[in-house]
Amino acid sequence: MTEAAGRDAEHDLESRFEATISRDQRIEPRDWMPEGYRRTLIRQIAQHAHSEIIGMQPEGEWITRAPSLRRKAILFAKVQDEAGHGLYLYSAAETLGIDRAELTERLLEGRQKYSSIFNYPTLSYADVGVIGWFVDGAAICNQVPLCRSSYGPYARAMVRICKEESFHQRQGYELLMTMMRGTDAQREMVQDAVDRWWWPSLMMFGPPDDDSPNSAQSMAWKIKRHSNDELRRRFVDMTVPQAAKLGVTLPDPELRWNEERGHHDFGTPDFSELKEVISGNGPCNTERIERRRAAHEEGAWVRAAASAHAAKQAARAREEAVA
Amino acid sequence: MSDSENWPLYEIFIRGKRGLNHVHVGSLHAADDQMALTHARDLYTRRNEGVSIWAVRSEYIAASTRDEKDPFFAPSADKVYRHPTFYDIPDDVPHI
Repeated sequence: MTEAAGRDAEHDLESRFEATISRDQRIEPRDWMPEGYRRTLIRQIAQHAHSEIIGMQPEGEWITRAPSLRRKAILFAKVQDEAGHGLYLYSAAETLGIDRAELTERLLEGRQKYSSIFNYPTLSYADVGVIGWFVDGAAICNQVPLCRSSYGPYARAMVRICKEESFHQRQGYELLMTMMRGTDAQREMVQDAVDRWWWPSLMMFGPPDDDSPNSAQSMAWKIKRHSNDELRRRFVDMTVPQAAKLGVTLPDPELRWNEERGHHDFGTPDFSELKEVISGNGPCNTERIERRRAAHEEGAWVRAAASAHAAKQAARAREEAVA
Repeated sequence: MSDSENWPLYEIFIRGKRGLNHVHVGSLHAADDQMALTHARDLYTRRNEGVSIWAVRSEYIAASTRDEKDPFFAPSADKVYRHPTFYDIPDDVPHI
């Protein structure tokens, strides 16, 4: 094929790809796709998967200290779901031609990121409730539109995840309702957790639209369906009445209903803090990655033993077949 | 990472309930078939999503080429007479 013919063929593939996207059809793993699309998806899906896996840590710390067997069983199931979500997403990423061992390596080397929110510490059991309510609530706002993402495997993983997130949010809110019916000290714990998690939760939606370099291309490719600010606003509108019902105050003096716009006005999160946390300087960044590395390294012998066992079983099966 | 740690990739298919086909749900890594099934159970059926699981090594799956306009599918596109709407039947003929 001449160079010009090669360019024509490439152009053909590209216009077919664009046409599939504009018809709102899904791109599937074996379809041709532009390198940038593939790269963006790998980055986003991996970051999402890493967030689920690292996200097991802040709440996991409370499993052994849960206040009752009921809460312990619930928290266990929730953290197990996070592991599952991570694996659905790694599975989706692998359809793009990258190995998940490679993704884990990139995470440990700091070449890929995870959600800033998991770099904050969990100081009391109320944090478990507030994480379910805010963090999983914010995740739902982010993830529901991703169920229509243009990349098939990613969209399908999100459908599965969203079905399970609803349990996460509800168990958190119910936990908080229980604490609010308790003692003054318990109510204070809830308010304290709300005060600490509110702003970091708003930061989960990412930088403001005018400072989000990848957003426009991701939206054109229909990987993303709504802008960061739009999703953030949606989360605030959703959460304010829930806070009122619970009887807690959201720590934002500028927060009020705007009749004219039909939305809440609210303050601007401290995006310099978001930048700091993302670039590795949050309260728990080092601890989270160290924990992940330790789990990976300490698990190495289990993975090796399972492989050895599988090889031995396979050899035995071969011998028996011959005999 | 050593080879012994790199478990092969399996594609997982789940039968949601009796009477339905197995449907592809995703993939996972496992050291052997038995582990693929137990991992698939833990990963894809935590909420009664399935009554039966197939796990198949990804490398054993044969697939058609990736182009959706592939001539491979042409034989099905040009045989309109395979569809019931191809045949003109008067409206007053019942039950057909």
